[in-house]
Amino acid sequence: MKYLALIYSAPGSNPAYGTPEFAASMEEWNKLNQTYIDAGVMVAGDALQDVATATSIRIRDGKTETMDGPFAETKEQLGGYYLLDCADLDEALKYAAMIPVARYGTVEVRPIMDLG
Amino acid sequence: MARLRCARLWTWVDPLAGAADTAHATLNRVVRDSHGRLLAALIASLRDFQLAEDSMQDALASALVHWRRSGVPANPAGWLLQTARRKAIDRLRRSQNFNSKSAQYTLLLKLDQLDVAEAAQQEIPDERLRLIFTCCHPALDPKTRIALTLRTLGGLTTAEIARAFLDSEPAMAQRLVRARHKIAKSGVPFRVPEDAEWAERLNSVLSVIYLIFNEGYAATQGERQIRVDLCEEAIFLARLIAKLRPDQPEVEGLLALVVMIHARRHARAQADGALIPLEDQDRAAWDQPLIAQGIGLVEQALRRGPLGPYQIQAAIQAVHSEAQTFEATRWDEILGLYGLLLRFDGSAIVKLNRCVALSYVAGPDAALAASQDLHPELADYQPFHAARAAFYHRAKLYAEALQSYDRAIELCENRSAAGFLEKKRCGTKKEAEHLLGL
Repeated sequence: MKYLALIYSAPGSNPAYGTPEFAASMEEWNKLNQTYIDAGVMVAGDALQDVATATSIRIRDGKTETMDGPFAETKEQLGGYYLLDCADLDEALKYAAMIPVARYGTVEVRPIMDLG
Repeated sequence: MARLRCARLWTWVDPLAGAADTAHATLNRVVRDSHGRLLAALIASLRDFQLAEDSMQDALASALVHWRRSGVPANPAGWLLQTARRKAIDRLRRSQNFNSKSAQYTLLLKLDQLDVAEAAQQEIPDERLRLIFTCCHPALDPKTRIALTLRTLGGLTTAEIARAFLDSEPAMAQRLVRARHKIAKSGVPFRVPEDAEWAERLNSVLSVIYLIFNEGYAATQGERQIRVDLCEEAIFLARLIAKLRPDQPEVEGLLALVVMIHARRHARAQADGALIPLEDQDRAAWDQPLIAQGIGLVEQALRRGPLGPYQIQAAIQAVHSEAQTFEATRWDEILGLYGLLLRFDGSAIVKLNRCVALSYVAGPDAALAASQDLHPELADYQPFHAARAAFYHRAKLYAEALQSYDRAIELCENRSAAGFLEKKRCGTKKEAEHLLGL
């Protein structure tokens, strides 16, 4: 089964660029990617630009409304994701718990709908 | 327990059936003994909680018709399992997104080639341990875990579970449907957890059982008649796990804990339902065989080790159980055990319980001093103020005692507990008036 791990954290809680903490955290992310690849669960994973770059659209009465900002203003914001292929929820949760942000933010795990 | 579980099915299957109906009586017995086992076996082959549940209901309804007409089969449980499998095949065929190549369907067809008589000879595999871990999975919210465990392993009806938790039946039914949906769609596994997760997951199971017990324990003070005996259900579940995993000291500890508390059920409540505290209970009314069983279990668990919080709580209950009178209670042992428990559970409530033991070892002044720090955290916790009131009373600080009783009564959610505290408050007031010559 495929699972999407959505990575949420409060702005400013990630280590700032250029600090030693930032370098250490990059190291940690690289290791994590390698762990996922070695375990054969990695499908995809990316970090997102910060929420200030978000644009939301919706179509109402045939008219496209474009809005500056995310879908919902929340304290913790979506900052990245992994798409993991795991045997079951327990395995997905085990790998999701390895994401560094889980220590100070929240990782939401959602199964991908299987239409096959 | 037996009586209760029978009564359950009488109302469920067919309210018009006569008592002499052997088909009905047998079905009652099979459901009582084997509901969890049958459902677990079905889920193991179907991998679909909702389908298993629905097919099981179909099979039960069909059993009543067939058994009345053609007599009760030699192996009723085996008959039910095989019939439920066939009902599952029917349901799969009828379903909108039916795929005849699905693994589920193929497996069922294979199982269906066994004839019913042949199937009835087969031992039903016991998959209940996997089922318990699925029902108590941390991906479900705690109340859902309890409801699903009672429904699935205990065989309680949705209506009974709704009554037990003072919920409406549609709300409880919806909760159960959502739970089965989540298990299916999010891939909650149907298996016993691996070693790395074992301790945490077992703890989730044990806490579900203990919550069921406590819910039953609290309910016995209220409207007992309309609520299912959840204490009995919790003991049934704890026994089941102890049987399926006989080598686990914390499982034995939990079972010992609940049976020893349950052993005092007849001494704990007055005829009108009012609560009788440990110190005023008629110890002759305690269920001695059950106590002996509890003590045996806790001793066995402690010998086995490693130590855990349920074993320590059971050991505390064992000390209470062994005291011939309240005055003979070995409070020094209990104080030591609470000290040990704090290493596993440093919560303010455990600290408060330790203070009660301390009050009998070192006096009420020591307990007042030790419980002072807990005030911010337990300011709205009724037992905190009730305990402090008793400490004040024994320290002869009557004005403070009355004040603490007032606060405790104010926080009561349950009339019989409030009545009990009011009686205590009245006693304190009388003693104060007498001593101070008012």
